[in-house]
Amino acid sequence: MAKPSPELKKKPISQSYWSLVWWRFKKNKLAIVGGILLIVMYFSFVAVPEFISPYDLERRSEYTEARPQTIRFVDQNGKFHLRPFVYGLERKVDPVARRRSYVENPDRVYEIYFFTKGDPYKLFGLIPADIHLFGTKSDDPAASVFIMGTDSLGRDYFSRIMYGGRLSLMIGLIGQFLTLLLGSVLGAISGYYGGRVDIIIQRVTEFLAAFPDIPLFMALAAAIPAYWSPILVYFMLTVILAFVRWGGLARQVRGLILSLREREFVLAAKSFGADDSRLMFRHLLPGTMSHVIVIATLSIPGMILAETALSWLGLGLRAPLTSWGVLLQESMTVYAIRFAPWLLWTIPFLLIVILAYNMLGDGLRDALDPYGAR
Amino acid sequence: MAAPNTRTDNILLDVKGLKKYFPIQKGFLRRVVGYVKAVDDVTFFVREGETLGLVGESGCGKTTAGRTIIRLYEPTGGQVFFKSRLMAGGGEEKLINLAGLDRGQMKLIRREIAMIFQDPINSLNPRMTVGDIIAEPMVIHGQYRKDESEAIIINLLQRVGLRPDHLRRYPHEFSGGQRQRIGIARALSLNPRLVICDEPVSALDVSIQAQTLNLLQDLQRDFNLAYIFVAHDLSVVQHISNRVAVMYVGKIVEMADAEELYLYPLHPYTEALMSAVPKADPKYKSDRIIMQGDVADPSNPPSGCYFHPRCRYAVDICSKQAPEFRELKPDHFVACHLAQDLKLRGI
Amino acid sequence: MTANELLVQIQNLRVEFDVRAGIVKAVDGVTFDIYRGQTLGVIGESGCGKSITARAILQMVPKPGKITAGQVLYHRRAKGSTQTDVINISKLDPDGQLIREIRGGEIGMIFQEPMSSLTPVYNAGSHINEAVSLHRLMPLRKVGDQMAETIRAHRKVTKEESRQIAIEMLRRVGIPKPEQRVDSYPHQLSGGQRQRVMIAIALSCQPVMLIADEPTTALDVSIEAQILDIMREMQRNENMAIMFITHNLGVIAEMAKEIVVMYMGKQVERASTVDIFYDPKHPYTRALLQSIPKVGRKTGTRLASIEGMVPDPFNLPTGCVFHPRCPSFMPGKCDKIAPTWKQLVGDHWVSCLLYEEV
Repeated sequence: MAKPSPELKKKPISQSYWSLVWWRFKKNKLAIVGGILLIVMYFSFVAVPEFISPYDLERRSEYTEARPQTIRFVDQNGKFHLRPFVYGLERKVDPVARRRSYVENPDRVYEIYFFTKGDPYKLFGLIPADIHLFGTKSDDPAASVFIMGTDSLGRDYFSRIMYGGRLSLMIGLIGQFLTLLLGSVLGAISGYYGGRVDIIIQRVTEFLAAFPDIPLFMALAAAIPAYWSPILVYFMLTVILAFVRWGGLARQVRGLILSLREREFVLAAKSFGADDSRLMFRHLLPGTMSHVIVIATLSIPGMILAETALSWLGLGLRAPLTSWGVLLQESMTVYAIRFAPWLLWTIPFLLIVILAYNMLGDGLRDALDPYGAR
Repeated sequence: MAAPNTRTDNILLDVKGLKKYFPIQKGFLRRVVGYVKAVDDVTFFVREGETLGLVGESGCGKTTAGRTIIRLYEPTGGQVFFKSRLMAGGGEEKLINLAGLDRGQMKLIRREIAMIFQDPINSLNPRMTVGDIIAEPMVIHGQYRKDESEAIIINLLQRVGLRPDHLRRYPHEFSGGQRQRIGIARALSLNPRLVICDEPVSALDVSIQAQTLNLLQDLQRDFNLAYIFVAHDLSVVQHISNRVAVMYVGKIVEMADAEELYLYPLHPYTEALMSAVPKADPKYKSDRIIMQGDVADPSNPPSGCYFHPRCRYAVDICSKQAPEFRELKPDHFVACHLAQDLKLRGI
Repeated sequence: MTANELLVQIQNLRVEFDVRAGIVKAVDGVTFDIYRGQTLGVIGESGCGKSITARAILQMVPKPGKITAGQVLYHRRAKGSTQTDVINISKLDPDGQLIREIRGGEIGMIFQEPMSSLTPVYNAGSHINEAVSLHRLMPLRKVGDQMAETIRAHRKVTKEESRQIAIEMLRRVGIPKPEQRVDSYPHQLSGGQRQRVMIAIALSCQPVMLIADEPTTALDVSIEAQILDIMREMQRNENMAIMFITHNLGVIAEMAKEIVVMYMGKQVERASTVDIFYDPKHPYTRALLQSIPKVGRKTGTRLASIEGMVPDPFNLPTGCVFHPRCPSFMPGKCDKIAPTWKQLVGDHWVSCLLYEEV
């Protein structure tokens, strides 16, 4: 009957929905940058912080609250070196302020080497290793490379940020995953079955939405027994974050399911006798996926910030666990800001992660176009 | 398109007093405060291999009627008798009341009654390939066998004018007319006897509409299909239908052979509706009957005959008593108190 | 009333859309005149450029479209005067004062209203006249207020008078109980009623020309009939010109005096309505006429259909754009040579190689 149109002839391969999405996503340079940033950061912070940081998390040096050592290529004689180096630190006491501080001593030169031997660790928690991305090779016990200074216990701050990133980034991911699970399952049930189940779930989400976040966090966090192990506390905190935040997602999923349920392709499947599980898993949930992914991506920063805020308030993670929130809590004193501003290095890292997530999320939203025609 | 010769034989679907009321809920507790009587006591039948057109203005309940027959909506009342082969087995046929079937039994019937939808964009799942879409009914009914079924699907695709290599493509790569063909192929995948076509051409361009109507007619002839053709376009309905039923506010007001209905209408609503259709002929002298006011509200219909406030022939009885749906002439049914006395004009 | 007074002249109009996938020639060399008090019909299938042509008349081509050639001349005349100014609309600033006066006031518009056009894009307090002139009713504002404000923007009347005009117009478009309806909000009206309100607004400014783009497509036949009646009555009383765009051949046969047939951005035929229906020259026009089912014709016959599909606008066929679907296709000619716009007899124009010697 109909002659095949010329436009269909010239396209050799058919494109699925997801390949179209990828095609559109690729055009958004900012989103690509965000995505690559996140991959790099998650790899270095979550998978291999032990390798990237020059020192072990708990390694205390004699230098407490030492200023960052500047990485140099040109020595005091103006000679250029291909290999970067730092100057050793010398303690100096200010007799008036009765304060210790450190100054660089240009006579002590420590060259920075890549892939050096250092503190032993287990890669991925399994493989014993002692190679670090960078460090000094000198046998001098005073040799050090603190590119972001040290804290009050003499721990390398860069290493702490690396280790702290692991918990902070993971809490965002795991917490969001739990939210996603809770939100989409309850939202889908609510939208698909309707009736009494729907009413109950809706009232619960409204209750959660009406309750102010911080007091709720505080109440729940306060309920965590103090004697619990830090890991258990960490896990509970993730669950709490997920529990408080699933409501919004559930409402969105419910709305999507409600509108999809009346779409003709769902009616068509029904008219041929499709059962509930087929309708749900073949027709309804796949239709919400793109939307859910976008919401999830855009709300991970919120999760990370929530952890940071809670820990900063002293309600979340506590030492000896190290997260960005814990680090910030330690640095948020007038003293630190006045005399040890390098302890604020956590903030740029936090900002970059959040920015990267937003860039990626925006790109995904445009590419997936959840409200678009197709 | 073999016209059935006897009047009561060959009845495939016999709908008696079908009702579908949608509750109107209000407030926090979702209390029921009333009903929208979308389909209100509808009676009609479809013979084997024929096309029954169901026309009416938007909101008259024609789409709901189609969906209630196939139990996409649960009927509020009435019976739907269908002559099923699968329920009887062994080549026999048996009249079954669909309204009383449970889910499992109904599933069997769904192989014999299929549906084609209006919106060629919305009626195909954008995440599935054309092959998967056409195969879905077979998969649902456990009839999908990888090798044989693919051959069947390719055969169907060719039958509706698409190419075998379209199998692996996605709906968005097709034009509206092609998508409607995919929907038709899907409807035919289980060899149904009755196809409910819900406004299948109203979203298509004029030239594509003609192609699709021709295809539906060819398929009807080849597979001996019966159609319920739901549409608002009277000229399309008259073109494709053997018999036509006219709906107004949830009720069928007139049902007759297509030509008979258009030439000798018995209900004032049919007359007014047909006079309102613009004729594609500049020399045609238009003398149309303008209906006053708006279509009645199905949640709060007028008393007596629902059409009486807009009817130019209305007399006392029309506002007091609901007219009976009766067979005034052989095979010509009408629900109007005055039908036998009025001299209405056709086209 | 003198016959054949020129109102709008469209000359060799071209509108192109420069999108990522290439350039689409949405309107490609369209030329026709619209006369005072007469109805010009434009027919064609979706994507043929008929709506873009209408928008170009009012400098309302949606982005990224651009008028790349040709002009739209509007013969403007102040009320009661006989003096005519010729304004080249395609040279006007699309956001300028003059075009705003013309839009909605002198040239009214009605577009097809899908239910979704009632979007809260305009917040309360934004330019009501703009919104209503662009033919979107704003939610959250009473219908009557929106009408009255538009009326006052284009006619010198008081607030109270404008409300009376609004009620009167609602009555004329067949809205029951207009005194009450004038105070209802758009969402309280049905789709058909909203469309009638839009028509009432367009007509209440007493335009000299009305552009009606598929004004009744979403409506039921009984309401369609009412609306067509109102438009014809207005035309008789106010000597209003109408450019009526539709794909419905029945409606156009009833409304138009002259018809332009468009296909893929080009006009393929132009003639009086009677000639188009009784003596169509272009194979596309013929096929279109044969492919519609007609009420009263014997049932069960096959329709003559146009084979194939509308071509990809990025990849138009060579020569005559209709040749791949044309029943009168002449190999070696139609696929090589583009036909020219040619006058056959009288006012019958066609663009087809069957009528050219090559």
